[in-house]
Amino acid sequence: MTRRTVVVVGAGPAGLSAARAAARAGAEVTLLDASDQVGGQFWRHASRPAHDEHRYHHGWSTFTALRDVVASHPRVTLLTSAQVWALERLDDGVRLRVLVGPADASGREHLTLTPDALVLATGAHDRTLPFPGWQLPGVTTAGAAQALAKAERVAVGDRVVVAGAGPFLLPVATSLLRTGARVLSVHEAATPASLARGWGSRPAGLLGAAHKTGELGGYVGTLARHRVAYRLGEAVVAARGDGRVEEVTVARVDARWAPVPGTERTVAADAVCVSHGFTPRLELAVAAACAISPDRFVVVDDGQGTSAPGVWAAGELTGIGGAEAALAEGWVAGHHAASGAVDDPAVARAARRRDRSADFARRLEAAHGIRGGWTAWLRDDTLVCRCEEVDAGTLRAAACATGSADLRSVRLTSRAGLGPCQARVCGRTVAELVGADAASSPGDATEAPPAVPDRRPLVVPVRLGDLAALPDDPT
Amino acid sequence: MTARPLTITLDGEPFAGAEGQTIAGMLLAARRRSWRTTSAGAAPRGVFCGIGVCFDCLVTVNGARDVRACLRRAADGDVVETQHDPLPEVTS
Repeated sequence: MTRRTVVVVGAGPAGLSAARAAARAGAEVTLLDASDQVGGQFWRHASRPAHDEHRYHHGWSTFTALRDVVASHPRVTLLTSAQVWALERLDDGVRLRVLVGPADASGREHLTLTPDALVLATGAHDRTLPFPGWQLPGVTTAGAAQALAKAERVAVGDRVVVAGAGPFLLPVATSLLRTGARVLSVHEAATPASLARGWGSRPAGLLGAAHKTGELGGYVGTLARHRVAYRLGEAVVAARGDGRVEEVTVARVDARWAPVPGTERTVAADAVCVSHGFTPRLELAVAAACAISPDRFVVVDDGQGTSAPGVWAAGELTGIGGAEAALAEGWVAGHHAASGAVDDPAVARAARRRDRSADFARRLEAAHGIRGGWTAWLRDDTLVCRCEEVDAGTLRAAACATGSADLRSVRLTSRAGLGPCQARVCGRTVAELVGADAASSPGDATEAPPAVPDRRPLVVPVRLGDLAALPDDPT
Repeated sequence: MTARPLTITLDGEPFAGAEGQTIAGMLLAARRRSWRTTSAGAAPRGVFCGIGVCFDCLVTVNGARDVRACLRRAADGDVVETQHDPLPEVTS
């Protein structure tokens, strides 16, 4: 009997969990990750884990157990440094194009996969709102600071300001402290009132979400020991410096995140780490024609199945729920992708854990979700698209000149979003600034699909030589 | 952690690090903050996203262009060059 084949893309918490569940349910599993290690961004770690590696991570023992299973299970093939660069829809499933080898190297090995089932666990990346000077070296996403600290014990600067929105700022500040950086302060844009709305009115409300108490409480304790101020209702509204960040301007913001005039103050810093939440990596899901919700997540059913036949999704791709939810979702997705027994008690327990976490995403959005007033800190010369260096004034002029809020014409006129990152960094911001946000306009099934920034037929840039070396498909 | 030491060069200048580090990590550890120069504004860039999303940190490695320094693990002896691709001049 030939076993059902399942490909899992992404080896973070959701993907690792999915691979294990699919193998347990009897499938032949291939687990792919673009990185040369497993763990995803959440468990990004030193390439030779240190004896105190667990101190840098939450749930490290959960990770090592999962890692050991996928590394040793006879029915799991683990492929790292494996970048999926395209997904094609076939009559009876999907075909994945993969390049295996060092990041962005030429001459990587081609691999083509046509599994019976696909689990997408591609995760999310930081979303950072633009502010004057954010293009200066020394301004990074919070995720960059976290990745460099966790994987290399390198601090992005010596005197660091952390800012943005969401509980993720806390572990980032903690990691920076561990690498020896001086964290000057942490600025959370959410006001105390919106925190209360999301997390409850008790002061500890932010820490009260199930499974997260210990994690966040630990971070707050570390910040307190290092006398790092955690300030609510504040934002970094500008960075300045000659060729690199030398100082940042912090201001109080109102409930809509508009800076309050007169509250600006300047802080000398050589790094500022800013993130305002996460945005899912949707390329493969869009290519597979999975239904995407108005708030830009993959729509899944109770079994984590997407609207695309043979495609399941788990983790941040389906909502920003954190690692606990991702592990539970991955379990359910992997099991069903493998056509596992419908009455499996362990899967039912995982589904219940997932359902208990569902509230987290809603609370997160209520407390820390981006509010429209932030655009008041933009100036006409503030870059919005970092790649093509398109500023806010040019963007607004392009929207006026094209006389429409159509994202495609604004992009072609201004070049915003057409650079190397392919609008990953600015796409949603551009859409919101020109009023073409797909999330806010009701879809009309009879019209052509909107020019969503996540539609990228090539998931990553591919060298022409590698395309030319693509082997013929079997017919 | 007793990773093997290694050395790379950036535009001829040596940088020391250890096996397992990315090119970006090695440069940042040496307090180098920028290496690419943008096309339109000729402005300096270094690490922004740190996870391969933004393409700000592109370098040329051993002759191969457009390598994300935040993703590529350094190999001993890597010859790394900064990139600056000025916009083509428009003549009419």
